[in-house]
Amino acid sequence: MIRPPTGWLIHGSFALGLIFAVLPLPAVLQSVRPYLLAMLLAYWLMEAPNRVGLGTAFLVGLCADVLTASLLGEQAFRLVVLTYIVQHFRARLRFFPLWQQAVTIGLLLLNDRIISWLIHLFAGSPSHGWLYWLAPVLGVLLWPWLYVLLDLARLRARERS
Amino acid sequence: MPYAGKKSNRLSESALTALPLIFLLGLSTALMVADQRLGYGSLVRQKFSILTEPFWWIASAPMRLFRGGRDEFALRSQLQADNQQRRKDLEIAIARIHQLKAVADENQRLRQLLGGTRGYSLNVQMVSILDIDLDPFRQRLVLDAGSDSGVVVGQALIDSGGVLGQVVEVGKNRSTALLVTDPDHAVPVQVARSGLRTIAYGTGQGDRLVLPNIPQSADVRRGDVLITSGIGGRFPAGFPVGTITGVQPDKLRLFVTADATPAAHLDRGNEVLLISNRAPVIDVGPPAPAARTPPQTPPSQTPPPQTPPSPVGSPTAAPETAAGAAQ
Repeated sequence: MIRPPTGWLIHGSFALGLIFAVLPLPAVLQSVRPYLLAMLLAYWLMEAPNRVGLGTAFLVGLCADVLTASLLGEQAFRLVVLTYIVQHFRARLRFFPLWQQAVTIGLLLLNDRIISWLIHLFAGSPSHGWLYWLAPVLGVLLWPWLYVLLDLARLRARERS
Repeated sequence: MPYAGKKSNRLSESALTALPLIFLLGLSTALMVADQRLGYGSLVRQKFSILTEPFWWIASAPMRLFRGGRDEFALRSQLQADNQQRRKDLEIAIARIHQLKAVADENQRLRQLLGGTRGYSLNVQMVSILDIDLDPFRQRLVLDAGSDSGVVVGQALIDSGGVLGQVVEVGKNRSTALLVTDPDHAVPVQVARSGLRTIAYGTGQGDRLVLPNIPQSADVRRGDVLITSGIGGRFPAGFPVGTITGVQPDKLRLFVTADATPAAHLDRGNEVLLISNRAPVIDVGPPAPAARTPPQTPPSQTPPPQTPPSPVGSPTAAPETAAGAAQ
């Protein structure tokens, strides 16, 4: 079995994902911001299942909650749900062609959006516009690039070590 | 390894993997509920602000870089245009300052002109009140200063609000002043808004003045401020006397009578200011140019007291004219 990638690559990518979560964007793009953190998590769940699990998802989610203004525990909840689903379908997901993988990720992100919407509904937060549901589509478009990029980074890291 | 997908013993395995899931979901739900109900999220964020600060700093870096770059690489032509605009603005501002200077000079000149015609200079002395005598027929003050301190009959009394009264009797160390509200007292006043001249009489009540015999066509309204007109020479012009509280026709319906409240704080404080206007002389005609600097040329000033009309005040005031005007 291929040795899993070094820790710094995983941690670094999560840090970048957190930064992306608070990157100032114009108001229009604010609600269609792709959930990069979830996509990174899905990638590492597929490629490094020994290092990333439910606990990682929970911690990363908590970090994101502290960093952004969401309800404390909300993103932790969402990422834990996503992690559980990905872990279950990992074997199949890993050998999908890239476009099929992207669509599946899109469905996962949509599911995540629904959970978030339900949480907001229960918490009594103001509802979002229709743009809010467009973010998973952007996630689908973004997934192949992200996948290839991370694969390259992982290969480079392995060659060096 | 649960993800390896062993087919055997599936039930217990899925239950095992579901356990941490349920635990974490429960934990995050508890967190959410607690945050929603108790709102401790802001507290936690405050505690962790040292850790979150770098993330925010990095996230805002592109924006800062963009702004800084725009400042750094501003076009040369743009800078030149900016510079030109600034220069133009500066020149306009300087021109305006010159204009203002001219206006200030003019103002100064006019003020001197006014001062010359009114012939008053303010020389104020603070005295304390010894006794107050307030009954409907006598509204007087006894002051702790007399002829030894230079108090003379007819000096005006003011306080921070306005005209209080005038000195009527002078002893060696005491003097008596008549308040504006005394029934025997009258002040020549002017309505500040319209310039109407009239006289305000005391009524014996501490909070009321009366202005009888105003023509019906006169412009007097409730709320008008009365100031001393300076006519008669007793009171310097421009001090507030009172505020009109009501205007009504008099008994004959030929004139209008107005009521006013005095501006001075008649029933407060125990110190008043005595104004000594030493030169109650009204100059008529253009002000003497030398009057500005009499100390340098006193001999040329004194021989003819250049005031054709007889002085209103005491004739002994004539030699003091120059000194009074200089103050």
